[in-house]
Amino acid sequence: MAKELKLMKGNEAIARAMIASGTDGYFGYPITPQSEVMETLMAEKPWETTGMVVLQAESELASINMVYGGAATGKKVATSSSSPGISLMQEGLTYLAGAEIPCVIMNAMRGGPGLGTIQPAQSDYFQSVKGGGHGDYQLYTIAPSSVQEMYDFVFDAWDIAFKYRNPVLILTDGAIGQCMEKCYTRDYIPRWTEEERRQHAPWGTWGKPATRSHNIITSLELESSRQEVFNQKLQAKYREMEEKEVRFEALNCEDADYIFVAYGTSARICMKSMELARAKGLKVGLLRLITLYPFPKKQIAELAKKVKGMLCVEMSAGQMIEDVKLAANCSIPIEHYGRFGGIIPSPEEVLEAMEKEIIK
Amino acid sequence: MANLDIVKPENLVYTKTKVLTDNVMHYCPGCGHGTAHRIIAEVIDEMGIQDKTIGVSPVGCSVLAYNYFDVDFQEAAHGRAPAVATAIKRLNPDCFVFTYQGDGDLAAIGTAETLHAANRGENITMVFINNGIYGMTGGQMAPTTLVGMKSATTPYGRRVDLNGYPLRITELLATLPGTYYVTRQSVHTPGNVRKAKAAIRKAFENQKLNKGLSFVEICSSCNSGWKMTPVQANKWMEENMFPNYPLGDIKVDGKLCENITAERLVLDHPLTVVNK
Amino acid sequence: MAFKGQIVIDTEHCKGCGVCIEACPMQCIEISKNVNSKGYNYTHTVNDKCIGCASCAMVCPDGVISVYKVKC
Repeated sequence: MAKELKLMKGNEAIARAMIASGTDGYFGYPITPQSEVMETLMAEKPWETTGMVVLQAESELASINMVYGGAATGKKVATSSSSPGISLMQEGLTYLAGAEIPCVIMNAMRGGPGLGTIQPAQSDYFQSVKGGGHGDYQLYTIAPSSVQEMYDFVFDAWDIAFKYRNPVLILTDGAIGQCMEKCYTRDYIPRWTEEERRQHAPWGTWGKPATRSHNIITSLELESSRQEVFNQKLQAKYREMEEKEVRFEALNCEDADYIFVAYGTSARICMKSMELARAKGLKVGLLRLITLYPFPKKQIAELAKKVKGMLCVEMSAGQMIEDVKLAANCSIPIEHYGRFGGIIPSPEEVLEAMEKEIIK
Repeated sequence: MANLDIVKPENLVYTKTKVLTDNVMHYCPGCGHGTAHRIIAEVIDEMGIQDKTIGVSPVGCSVLAYNYFDVDFQEAAHGRAPAVATAIKRLNPDCFVFTYQGDGDLAAIGTAETLHAANRGENITMVFINNGIYGMTGGQMAPTTLVGMKSATTPYGRRVDLNGYPLRITELLATLPGTYYVTRQSVHTPGNVRKAKAAIRKAFENQKLNKGLSFVEICSSCNSGWKMTPVQANKWMEENMFPNYPLGDIKVDGKLCENITAERLVLDHPLTVVNK
Repeated sequence: MAFKGQIVIDTEHCKGCGVCIEACPMQCIEISKNVNSKGYNYTHTVNDKCIGCASCAMVCPDGVISVYKVKC
């Protein structure tokens, strides 16, 4: 498939981008509101074109461990799910991080806790960036706010995953997964050849030739002194990501007195709220977070020196605000506005919150 | 007593295979894991597939199996080895993929993954070490612990009313159309080791046919968990484990063996009460 | 045809489990009174009746037995 402009759902964009980005395998389990990812893949039959393997697993436990097995052979392997399924995958995610296996996971967040609702939410922020599983680890977490970004970020995710040997989480929500927008597709990148796989993943378990010792993929180290050294290595990797891989979009922040801080669907709403504010003569800007881990700490600290206040907008009871406050060192008024349980706030109510809580 | 005239390279008839590393195994003296490892490694050696074999180790005593096999290896989360192996094989169909799991890993926490990998007919080899106990964590009850058998969590013996029945997952798997070869072996005598090795060879050869999952249970002893000497444990295994877990092929080339009647599979449920 | 055999035990890596003693049809092997550096009473051969059948090596969990054999 060449470059085209198409109308598609966010979930469909993820699936099509997987095929186009040379993904070798997808292992998933149906869950609303992201089942169209696997449905699209099954309908597209990429095993007949690119050779990509697609398999419906018996559970999210199985699918994330299939990602572990396949990705540990140095292939590009992905999965997707929604909040309850991602909770089930936490064991696999910490093993993937601990064994330093590059892979891509998409979470189309829905409201919780528990079985919650199937409507969109952003209440998995803590789970995503504070380590949902056990141990000191980080997932590179990237938050698209349009169907186009759903598509594009799959390509970016592979680059980061293999550059750092780290799992990448595409953190979106049911709204972006389900909404239909125009999307520019790209030329296909062929799947890696056998030689390319070995070159990109010399650590992979692809069969031990006589010329090297056996490759072992494990997260186990019974010797504490060695585990500590390994953890230090992981931390150094995370610091490097924090240094080099932060992504964000600053809109109307140059002259702003007040800014919204938001990601994903909330950022889309804030764009409209910002327009409404500007029409009223209020100098309001938007810092749209693209990476949630690494978090744009420096940029928020800089902005905190310039603006009078920030409103964090998130479809949660207030999770991301903790990192914003930490980054700004609580030097200016920072408040949270959120709807949750599957409710999406309107641009008007978001602006009203800004006026009431921050501008006053 | 050494007859040094005989000890010459040309007279060597048996020595440890090079597919095993020189690392000293951490297993207790007399543990069947070492023997099971060795015969798998010998099969890999004899088939000349060291460069194409990918193993998956479980959580439990054999978690460190990757230190002993000189092939590429992955260590899976507890119970998930069949899912891990599924993806390895699907993405690397030319490789020989095997899992090596104990009873807690394969038949308790990983039952779903085991059953579904078998039911999908994944073209992999699963080696199942059944010693009726959780060895690594200190001798707790396993799904395969016999009725009446004492363990750290059944100190007065396993009770059916409290703990349910010993799970004969091997018989269960044989009933699924996705399994191509299902057998139960042991490695406690020279004859049994030879048979078990032949079974493992068949289970690996089957991967060339792409006809479904090959499953080799090795009924083994856990002398430290059972609190016996290695030799006593092997005798106890013959007397108590084998009536509940009868040795031999159950399904070969996709067909149930002639001696495997419905009664043998289902009705003759193990209710032998052991007293240990 | 008769065979004469000889086994070589890597006594440093033997754990003295004694499974080989049970397996040997010629009663060639016994547990030594001496211990290796790990503190295990390793096994050793006590006579020259070995026929090189490799039964001991078959059941050795630690793969410490090598077997040599000649026709005689």
